[in-house]
Amino acid sequence: MSKIKSVEIKIGLEVHCQLTNLKTKLFCSCSSDYREKEPNTLICPICMGMPGTLPVLNEKALEDAIMVAIALNSKISERMLFFRKNYFYPDMPKNFQISQYDKAGGVPLALGGYIQINGKKVRIRRIQLEEDPGKLSYEGTIESSTYALVDYNRAGIALIEIVTEPDMETPKEARLFLEKLRSILEHLGISNGSLEGSMRCDANISLRGGKRVEIKNISSFKEVERALNFEITRQKSLIERGIAVGQETRHWDEVRRITISLRTKEEEQDYRYFPEPDLVPVIISKDQIKKIEQSMPELPDERRKRFIEQYHLSPQTAEILTHSKAMADFFEESAKLYDKPREISNWLTVEFLSYLHDRGIEIDELTLSPKHLVDMLKLIDEGIISRKMARSVLQDMLLTGKMPDAIVKEKGLEKILDREYVRRIVEKIFKENPQAVKDAIVDKKAINYLMGQLMKATEGKIDPKMAGEIIRERLSKLSKFATS
Amino acid sequence: MPSYIELPAYEIVKRIKDQELMAEDYIASLYERIKKVEKDIHAYITLTEDLALKKAREIDKKVKQREKTGRLCGVGIAIKDNICTRGIRTTCASHMLEDFVPPYDATVISRIKDEDGVIMGKANMDEFAMGSSTEFSYFGPTHNPWDLGRVPGGSSGGSAAAVASGMATLALGSDTGGSIRCPASFCSVVGLKPTYGLVSRFGLIAYANSLEQIGPITKDVRDCALLLSCIASHDPLDNTSVDRPQEDYTKYLIDDVDGMKLGVVKEFFGEGTQDSVEKGVLEAITKLEELGSDHQEISLKSLQYALPSYYIIAMSEASSNLARYDGLRYGYRIPNKSYDWSTVYSKNRRFGFGFEVKRRIILGTFALSTGYYDEYYLKAQKIRTLIKRDFDMAFKKFDVLIGPTMPILPFKIGEKVQDPLKMYMCDVDSVPANLAGIPSISIPCGFSKGLPIGFQIMAPPFREDLLLRVAFSFQKNFPVSAKLRSYE
Ligand SMILES: [Zn+2]
Repeated sequence: MSKIKSVEIKIGLEVHCQLTNLKTKLFCSCSSDYREKEPNTLICPICMGMPGTLPVLNEKALEDAIMVAIALNSKISERMLFFRKNYFYPDMPKNFQISQYDKAGGVPLALGGYIQINGKKVRIRRIQLEEDPGKLSYEGTIESSTYALVDYNRAGIALIEIVTEPDMETPKEARLFLEKLRSILEHLGISNGSLEGSMRCDANISLRGGKRVEIKNISSFKEVERALNFEITRQKSLIERGIAVGQETRHWDEVRRITISLRTKEEEQDYRYFPEPDLVPVIISKDQIKKIEQSMPELPDERRKRFIEQYHLSPQTAEILTHSKAMADFFEESAKLYDKPREISNWLTVEFLSYLHDRGIEIDELTLSPKHLVDMLKLIDEGIISRKMARSVLQDMLLTGKMPDAIVKEKGLEKILDREYVRRIVEKIFKENPQAVKDAIVDKKAINYLMGQLMKATEGKIDPKMAGEIIRERLSKLSKFATS
Repeated sequence: MPSYIELPAYEIVKRIKDQELMAEDYIASLYERIKKVEKDIHAYITLTEDLALKKAREIDKKVKQREKTGRLCGVGIAIKDNICTRGIRTTCASHMLEDFVPPYDATVISRIKDEDGVIMGKANMDEFAMGSSTEFSYFGPTHNPWDLGRVPGGSSGGSAAAVASGMATLALGSDTGGSIRCPASFCSVVGLKPTYGLVSRFGLIAYANSLEQIGPITKDVRDCALLLSCIASHDPLDNTSVDRPQEDYTKYLIDDVDGMKLGVVKEFFGEGTQDSVEKGVLEAITKLEELGSDHQEISLKSLQYALPSYYIIAMSEASSNLARYDGLRYGYRIPNKSYDWSTVYSKNRRFGFGFEVKRRIILGTFALSTGYYDEYYLKAQKIRTLIKRDFDMAFKKFDVLIGPTMPILPFKIGEKVQDPLKMYMCDVDSVPANLAGIPSISIPCGFSKGLPIGFQIMAPPFREDLLLRVAFSFQKNFPVSAKLRSYE
């Protein structure tokens, strides 16, 4: 990596995000809830592009997209146009995609803007609204299958495409950008990034001295980092051998973890963009933008600031927590149940995060609720478990989703209670039972009564051996005192 | 031959509502007529006699029971075969859609059904509406009712021929660059292309969607106003449909053009205009002047580029609109399946489309390609803007503009099919209205050597009232008699 860093790297991203919280598709009234559904059941003549049918814009999709543009500080077009992107492919019912374009007279939804990651601005080039194609599936692999099956349930689902300037310098930055973007979209409540295929991205990368290479077919954020790292290594090795990197489009093979050349510049497809005649220009008024802006929920950056003020967290901690909406929500839910926010944030940013990172999952994919964490913290406070023990309880909770007290009980963790806690209880019992204490000093057998009281007070959670030891220890101190 | 097949729709409606005429008898007599003359004219691709008679009986019952009936009560209507009809195959006169049965009605069809119109069948046309003669139909050409050796015009040739020969009382056509007005002129009937956005295009199989409109083809101007009133209204299913109050256009049938200013467009009498056509149209203008209107010549310079601009835009849009016909989901499909998808697509399109359609797809694809887009498509759009501007200017001075609908008389079948440029030239006078999005009506103004001549009137957007008023005045004072022929 250090060697790679010495070369100037420019990474740009083209992210496609489904507006998963819409009820219907972008241009028809078919349900957009297509996951896990029978193939080709959520289709109609419009999204199937049947002869004579016409698209009608989903106004809610437009509102969602405007929200994104506002959140990304972009300049929203007063009069945006839909363009047709023409190419033949079996997943496209019309053999063109209704999209937007920023050349040839095209005006996309919004231009410019930025997302801030760790204090650095990654500039946005444009944001546009478009329809998702259908889905092809093959028996086995593309190469070996003798046929393909097409499912058009996804065809016509509303997508926003966000294109960045090549402002990212490392694959990690690219991943952070995507995570931040996801957090923003989730805070806006317009897209659920954990749904499979709801966020997809293409990346482009150039190393100093090389041409721009595009990488397609990247299915997750983790893969983006991997694909870019591979591509950097590949291009560097070409440069070192004195071979020029040509402009081309490459395909990320997730299984083999390599990029494969799809087409060179000469073979680039000509999409023959032109204005969609069936949709009139969309006029977006300042009033409409204002209205949407006023109804917008809190965004990650605002939330981060609030976390610092309200919970007295450090800026770094607040940044980490708000980097993911699920994490920020988990934190706030926990903070409602438990009055030590910094204690919560410590556990989340250290123990939880490393667990999540290792597995490449989000906190809301765990079977763990804020109550789990809070209960565990309370056990620590009550002295029932130590911090060290709590770490192992947490690991158990993360894996099994069981409540902490159940884990403590199951594992017999309570039997190794710390002595100080028991001493305090013994102290209390001794004070409440002066006669029994006197008896016990005199009569060794009378100790059983005190043992019984201790067991009762602790619901039998104490190791009897330790209980006896501590009582005797206390008695012997008293007897010394009495005899001296 | 019962006389009521010659009657206009408003007369039929009146008689059926007054129970002077049974819708069933009248519809049956239309089919009688079809049985006699369709073999010579070939106006239809699909006939729906059983459905039509059933509908007629329903209407008779409604009338008898004094239920409310629609404005097209029982009238037999021919529908151009690029307008989707639920459960009735809609072929676009193409092998590609030979067996295509839409599961939905075009909005205009729903309106016609609501008004108790009776669908006679699906009318012949040029494949995907690409042509000016109805010769480019997969199902064979339609013949001009006035001269069977000649073309009826196109692309709505079947619709116009059906009305002109008494095989339908009304018809719907579509007009992308003159496809209603050209056959109306060639068949001596009335044809109106509405303002872009007045009539819903939902269910109209697109050729060039920024240009086309569905419109009426009728025996006379009153019928034209009646049918337009039924089909013109805002449709939320068509984003380009304009939201304005519904109108009863029959109230504009006013015999009064006194003081109206008519602009005679110089470019419409350019090179290539036949003398007989020029003479016929100029006579019509003189007649309108006799009625108290005033005419003056006006030149719209941009119109010299209208034809190339039109063809570039139309073909570009068509190349994209017709991309969906790949045979995968519906439409023609080669029997052999053992090819990869792109080969299957190529073969389906190669065998499914006719020659003219493929020519336009290829030219349109070219015009939209990188490196040519600016030179062709964008330039054509600029010209379109100029043309709109010129019309705007002209309408500041004139109430309506006038010129021939077609520069020539109906030509012989086969005369121009081999020469696309000659064929395209026929549209020189009709395409400007489509480029500008303005309404235009073609009405008959006489015959020359037995062949019909028509002239067109153009008005500013949504001023169909002016077209109807001028056309009605002309028709009322100078009717062109056109008796049905027997073809025996
Ligand atoms: Zn749909």
